[in-house]
Amino acid sequence: MARGHHDVGGLPGVGEINQTEHQLSDWEVLADAVNQALGVRGIKRTDELRRAREEMDSAAYHDLSYYERWIVSMEAILIEKKILTKDEIDKKLAQFETKWGEP
Amino acid sequence: MGRAVNEASARFKLGDRVKVKFEDRPGHLRTPWYIRGKSGWVERVYGEFLNPESLAFGHNGLPKKILYLVAFNQTDVWYDAAKSRDKILVDIYEHWLEPTGGDAP
Repeated sequence: MARGHHDVGGLPGVGEINQTEHQLSDWEVLADAVNQALGVRGIKRTDELRRAREEMDSAAYHDLSYYERWIVSMEAILIEKKILTKDEIDKKLAQFETKWGEP
Repeated sequence: MGRAVNEASARFKLGDRVKVKFEDRPGHLRTPWYIRGKSGWVERVYGEFLNPESLAFGHNGLPKKILYLVAFNQTDVWYDAAKSRDKILVDIYEHWLEPTGGDAP
């Protein structure tokens, strides 16, 4: 039995929750928009994305910010459901990087 | 959303003493680790909801599970809460609970 990387309530040394607000970047608003669009279309459920975030590599989970985790979990579920392939996503990303420059 | 539960379908009622099962399995489990294995009492019966453990794998969430608000004494949950008289309240689905007998404090 192992405690998940997301399930840290009461762990000694984990510290307090960071509750400071920050201005959302455009990409964070977009991440939320994609999430909502996938929900409205019935493509994913919130619990599926939560599972994907809980199943992801622990080192990556800790490295990523909140909305980065959202994006990774959406990608994982879209690939799992065979709606997109990793290759298709990577190719599209490469196109965007050419168009807008690498972030 | 959940619906009102008829008395017969809910295993537990207000005030029943319950213990949270200490279980683990792959998937999305909504019972936090810190409360597994702890004993408390039923504070509220919310109603029945689609099972998130099933939804998390893209299934239909059926059969629905009854969700409870379960209360615990802080002193029964945290080793360093020895003098606290506060309660901690956690939403827990019925299949995570087992009866322990006795009355709520």
